[in-house]
Amino acid sequence: MPVITTSGLARTFRTKRGPVEAVRGIDLTVEAGEILGFLGPNGAGKTTTLRMLTTLLPPTGGTATVAGHDLAADPAGVRRRIGYVAQSGGVDPTVSVREELVTQGRLYRLPQPEALARAGELARELDLTELLDRPCAALSGGQRRRLDIALGLVHRPEILFLDEPTTGLDPAGRADLWELIRGLRAEHGMTVFLTTHYLDEADALADRLVVVDQGRIAAEGTAERLKTEYGGSPDATLQDTFIAITGRRTAPRDPAPLTV
Amino acid sequence: MPHVIADTALIFRRHLRQTLRSKPAMVFGLVQPLLFLVFFGPLLTGIPLGGEGDSWQTIVPGILIQLGMFSASFAGIGIIFEKRMGVIERMRVTPVSRLALLMGRVLKDVVQLLVQSVVVVLVAVAMGLRAPLPGILIGFGFVAALTVSLASLSYALAMRVESPQGFAPVINSVTMPAMLLSGILLPMSLGPRWLDIASHFVPFRYLVDGVRAAFAGDYGDGKIGLACLVATGLAAVAVTLGTRLFRQAGA
Repeated sequence: MPVITTSGLARTFRTKRGPVEAVRGIDLTVEAGEILGFLGPNGAGKTTTLRMLTTLLPPTGGTATVAGHDLAADPAGVRRRIGYVAQSGGVDPTVSVREELVTQGRLYRLPQPEALARAGELARELDLTELLDRPCAALSGGQRRRLDIALGLVHRPEILFLDEPTTGLDPAGRADLWELIRGLRAEHGMTVFLTTHYLDEADALADRLVVVDQGRIAAEGTAERLKTEYGGSPDATLQDTFIAITGRRTAPRDPAPLTV
Repeated sequence: MPHVIADTALIFRRHLRQTLRSKPAMVFGLVQPLLFLVFFGPLLTGIPLGGEGDSWQTIVPGILIQLGMFSASFAGIGIIFEKRMGVIERMRVTPVSRLALLMGRVLKDVVQLLVQSVVVVLVAVAMGLRAPLPGILIGFGFVAALTVSLASLSYALAMRVESPQGFAPVINSVTMPAMLLSGILLPMSLGPRWLDIASHFVPFRYLVDGVRAAFAGDYGDGKIGLACLVATGLAAVAVTLGTRLFRQAGA
């Protein structure tokens, strides 16, 4: 059963130099419980698409339904059902981990006792318990990322949108996060919509890949299918496949490949 | 509507806690008005300033409006840093009311300004200010209304600019002439006629006149009523415009 459907989703920005078509008509279906890797070179329209689906940016064309709510007609309904973790995170460094988690729960209208309990529960799940009373500024990059994800999970969303979730993490941090994302799907049946530059990450995590280029979907399918169809063989690397699809490398270059 | 109130209270408490954690910011916010009070106020003692009350009843209302004008106008700068940290975007993806995102912050600024105003008045009383309590409370009401107006516009502007460098010049170019033309330092009636006429086009002048009348205990001369009208109109326009701009900017 699809939890995200888009039809002709488009976004044009008006600039001083004229209109810029960042997304030119995306038709997409994401099934419940699926981990979707949304790939593309810089400027392809990944983040713009993600921002539209998370209600941060109104589309200028097309329609979309997210978690059963029409994006244009009921953005508040969409917001109640999704979690979003931005590439740059979103915590106040002066605030404690506990306060951020509880405030986030309250923003989703959990009663105070429930928000407190949920903060403790998430801290245990994401190995943040020892850090609950520390200010966010004192967290390492990996700890901060786990907190970002905890904030996105406070209200038990049906769909979690992750924008470049492992950017800036060391290999151990990336491995931990991959495990966590797999666990979210396995234990909670959560749908994960993931944008990434790292092809090994997409290969390892995603059930299905959607490659966007110049605001349009250039290819979609399982990693194996794309490798066979565009890379010439199931043994082709995803990097070669990506270059065959878009004519460009991912940018920035992938870090050292990681297999977990 | 209940959600808007609960959401506003949530955002208000979050920002109040942040403010209480940074006590130096509250103290430094008071430095300028206290400097005016201590180093400028005594210069005018005994000089006829054209108003109904004594010099302290003229100076202190001006200092209160100045405090409100500058603090509220620059309130938005904090949101620029919150945007950079991703906090605003994180909140925008939650179902929290967009109006609450604005008003929670604005109400925190009102409380902060009122606390600072109380400190200014207490110091002024120690230096010689004598004013009726109802008049002082009316004055605080005008400071609150001014803060609601200017802080709303400040946050709306801050949502539309990317850096403090793009924000501060706009605010300075508006607040400085507004301060000079509203008779904050000295009553405009002391100046040449053209300056007095020009100042009537600046809404803050009516607030300053209203607070001065309240501090002098002149409740019936129409200045307080006019100030009420201007303050209400200004707040209504500013909150409407501020909320619209805040939403258009992606909030």
